[in-house]
Amino acid sequence: MKFEKIESKIAVLPVDNIDTDQIIPARYLKSISKEGLGEGLFRDWRLNADGTPKPDFVLNKPEAKGVQILVTGDNFGCGSSREHAPWALVQSGIRAVISTSFADIFKGNALKNQLLPVVVPADAHAELLKSPWATVKIDLAAQTVTLPSGRVVEFPIDSFAKQCLVEGIDELGYMLQQEPAIAAFEAQRVGSVNTLR
Amino acid sequence: MKPRTIVEKIWDSHVVAEKPGAPALLYIDLHLTHEVTSPQAFSTLRERGLKVRRPDLTIATMDHSTPTTSRDLPMLDPIGKAQLDQMTQNCKDFGIRLYDLKTTKQGIVHVIGPEQGLTQPGMTIVCGDSHTATHGAFGALAFGIGTSQVGHVFATQCLLQTPSKSYAIRVEGALKPGVSAKDIILAVIAKIGIGGGTGTVFEYQGSTISSLSMEERMTICNMSIEGGARAGLVAPDDTTYQYISGREFAPKGADWDAALARWKQLPTDQGAQYAKELTLDASTLEPMVTFGTNPGMGIPISGAIPDPASVSDPIEKSDLIKALKYMDLEPGKQLKGHKIDVVFVGSCTNSRISDLRAAASVMKGRKVNPHVRMLVVPGSMQVKKQAEAEGLDKIFREAGADFREAGCSMCLAMNGDQLEPGEYSVSTSNRNFEGRQGKGGRTFLASPLTAAASAVTGVVTDVRTLL
Ligand code: SF4
Repeated sequence: MKFEKIESKIAVLPVDNIDTDQIIPARYLKSISKEGLGEGLFRDWRLNADGTPKPDFVLNKPEAKGVQILVTGDNFGCGSSREHAPWALVQSGIRAVISTSFADIFKGNALKNQLLPVVVPADAHAELLKSPWATVKIDLAAQTVTLPSGRVVEFPIDSFAKQCLVEGIDELGYMLQQEPAIAAFEAQRVGSVNTLR
Repeated sequence: MKPRTIVEKIWDSHVVAEKPGAPALLYIDLHLTHEVTSPQAFSTLRERGLKVRRPDLTIATMDHSTPTTSRDLPMLDPIGKAQLDQMTQNCKDFGIRLYDLKTTKQGIVHVIGPEQGLTQPGMTIVCGDSHTATHGAFGALAFGIGTSQVGHVFATQCLLQTPSKSYAIRVEGALKPGVSAKDIILAVIAKIGIGGGTGTVFEYQGSTISSLSMEERMTICNMSIEGGARAGLVAPDDTTYQYISGREFAPKGADWDAALARWKQLPTDQGAQYAKELTLDASTLEPMVTFGTNPGMGIPISGAIPDPASVSDPIEKSDLIKALKYMDLEPGKQLKGHKIDVVFVGSCTNSRISDLRAAASVMKGRKVNPHVRMLVVPGSMQVKKQAEAEGLDKIFREAGADFREAGCSMCLAMNGDQLEPGEYSVSTSNRNFEGRQGKGGRTFLASPLTAAASAVTGVVTDVRTLL
């Protein structure tokens, strides 16, 4: 699958340090497949105990329909390594999250699931926070975000991750091709270095 | 040769291949796996007709969704049971050694690795679990990965990685009585914030760290992720070697001598560069406790809950207001004396024998306060056995606490052990996120000593008043 440009309204969730337990609570991790995780997305922020929606939560607003970009506070995705977090976001239609920074493991997991973690400078972030539901464009190939004001800002991304997304490269396939190097590496390891017995 | 940090040395000796414009292919010495983050990775193997490349370097356990009630009882949660059954099947199909609920070696993945001597200096260790940094206590480069990467390691025994920068965390001076390793790491995180270590690996060093036991070092390395670092480690020394020697998977005979010679080369060279440095004076530390909804929201036990009015950054301010609202706490007040409902002693942070001994030392001859429910969950069946041999189980039971079978339990509340909405706990685990210990539950993170003292009094307590 190749990653195309995104043009979407933004949903703004101005909270720092949103951890993966909020993105998807542990009780949704008992699944042995990737299916149906969207139901757990922000479960306890989104729904009341009786299962009725909390009207104030951003993704419950009528405007949130079809939103593909989420703008959040700093250090998004901290905490647990659960890949269920990007799975749940993607299954709910989110294709990019914009923040001032991301937790390391979440960022890696997101990139492996066609979910783009976009880091923008503080002033661009401030503009986005003030523009809920405005339309924003993200161009991965150019590494740019077009803000509601029309200003274009660049964002950084690991060049290999970008190549994988843009060209639809399968990382595991790429690694498997390096089998000869792996075998050679193992062959030169001796004794207890290459075994647990 | 340019002086190198221990992280650089481990990195250099594990690079399988490097191509321009791509991350390095890094070899993984030990892959630990558990039931929650592996099923979809096994599915990937099946879909693509792949095998686990090195089942002999892969170890599986069941810990996250396992009940902590008697192993003779049937498992009540059908979905949790299905996950465990799937794990059994996956390990059977792919030839992986599994410590399941029937074995005497089952336990939390980060407790059993070191316990069996699997965790060794200089290794690269991964697990689909963010607290994999625990193994860094042995001078290993150990970090958490996502499920896609679990699949990558299954299939290739490698990961695509870019090097991390080293962040030196120096802790100097003697700890005061009642202050423990948990308080050191909570103080570090309170200081740098939960994103403070993003993109780095912590190297804990200094006289205080050197004087700590392996179990205490594990407590510190365990919470590296709570400071934003993917890994944290301590250079190996005699304490490390003594701990490993003689354990089941430790090298033996000539292999041991060769390993020891190798391990002694690992510590950071004089003059090596760190991207960041922090120094902490351990002698000034008090027992720490968190008041909020992330592990960086910690204060000394004599301190006051911060006031949002004194915070200038608008998002930080609203986060603090949000946290205090969730926790239903008043700014400016002390947390000490706040009524609690539950005490949890357990988790990969603090469920080893020394943690249970610390808690028992406070509980001995005392009772759990009548309005408090106390749960003591050993990190592994081996820890449980040792605790029973020392009579710690009796101390806990006589005090009125529940002494359980091994597992993650109320650390993440997947297995039925959980807080009720609105309840307050003092917990020795590592995360106080909203709902982490049960929907609507409120967590104060603290040391085993503080947890035990609070269980006795029924309120958040300065353990030094009970020593
Ligand atoms: S005890 Fe808690 S933090 Fe540790 S592995 Fe289990 S769930 Fe994760």
